[in-house]
Amino acid sequence: MTSVAGTAASPAISIRNLFVDYFPRRILTDVNLDIPASQITVIMGQSGAGKTTLLRCMLGLKKPSSGSVHILGTDIVRASRRELNAVRKQMGVAFQGGALFSSMSVAENIQLALREHTSLDEKTIQIMTRIKLDMVNMLAAENLMPSELSGGMTKRAALARAIVMDPKLLFFDEPSAGLDPSTAAELDQLMITLKTTLRMTIIVVTHELDSIFKIADHIAVMANGRVIEFGTPQQIIASANPEIQGMLNRKPRENIVDTDAHLRRLVGG
Amino acid sequence: MECNLKSGAGYDLLELSGEVDLQYSPQLREKILGSLRSGAPLLIDLGRVSYIDSSGIASLVEGFQAAKSAKLPYGLLNISSTALQVLTLTRLDKIFNLYTDAAHFEAQL
Repeated sequence: MTSVAGTAASPAISIRNLFVDYFPRRILTDVNLDIPASQITVIMGQSGAGKTTLLRCMLGLKKPSSGSVHILGTDIVRASRRELNAVRKQMGVAFQGGALFSSMSVAENIQLALREHTSLDEKTIQIMTRIKLDMVNMLAAENLMPSELSGGMTKRAALARAIVMDPKLLFFDEPSAGLDPSTAAELDQLMITLKTTLRMTIIVVTHELDSIFKIADHIAVMANGRVIEFGTPQQIIASANPEIQGMLNRKPRENIVDTDAHLRRLVGG
Repeated sequence: MECNLKSGAGYDLLELSGEVDLQYSPQLREKILGSLRSGAPLLIDLGRVSYIDSSGIASLVEGFQAAKSAKLPYGLLNISSTALQVLTLTRLDKIFNLYTDAAHFEAQL
């Protein structure tokens, strides 16, 4: 029987037996995960653990070698392009680097999805844009170009763009990376507010421990392409898994790897 | 979303129910602006709205702006706690005139 990480009776995302290979390497190995609706789930793990690949599978950007990824009830691995597009309209994504179009102002970047996917009146689009900019405290920056934004402003603009269509699911890749502690804390609070006010299901990929324990309702811990633990922050802290304790205590990986396997990786054979 | 406009008693009462989202907010916008164009004060009853997204909020804001320009009373009635949270997040709770009883709106006319 498959062991599934997660507790939700009606999960927003349900992943089963997911394998991803970049031949000859296996990146994800039998990932099973249920992500609860209207909560913040953090996917944590060290670099190379498979977090970004899992995120790309959930966004429908990477087709797995096998397995299923149900998003709001639709298996996006087997969905038609039309079905996938319908699911994607329910998803907002804030990429690590912001991924704003450099030739467009902040407001134009945010309005893009509304212009592409809706037939809303121009006035409605303008007001919606300003509502979202106000939510992320960026109203004064609507006419700025991306090149004029600081790192924190870029993240907030990316978040405003991600939520402009009022998505049910918000994916946030490394929200705190490269930010000062004060700006990172503001973003953390904003995610909590979005969850409680707009009932968004938020999936955050990060390895920033300070942020994780402030925002997470649940944490999925990844290592070597597997979800090795799923639980509340308290459950993760109390985990007896030495690899998790190593991450939490920021111990070097060398302390917990199999030395023979490590030697084989280094010298081959 | 269902949208029912009642005229009489010196103002228009727009009763909404269900979900106000991207699909239905253009309809809401037309109802609001149409009512205001007729020159009547407008009270919008949100008591049976289960969900309102930012396109719906944008329609309410545009209506507020149009009413203000036309110097017409404009209020929101029976706003749900969920919708109020969205207004609070966007600091619009301080801008709209919110009522829990239509009689209080009528008293302002």
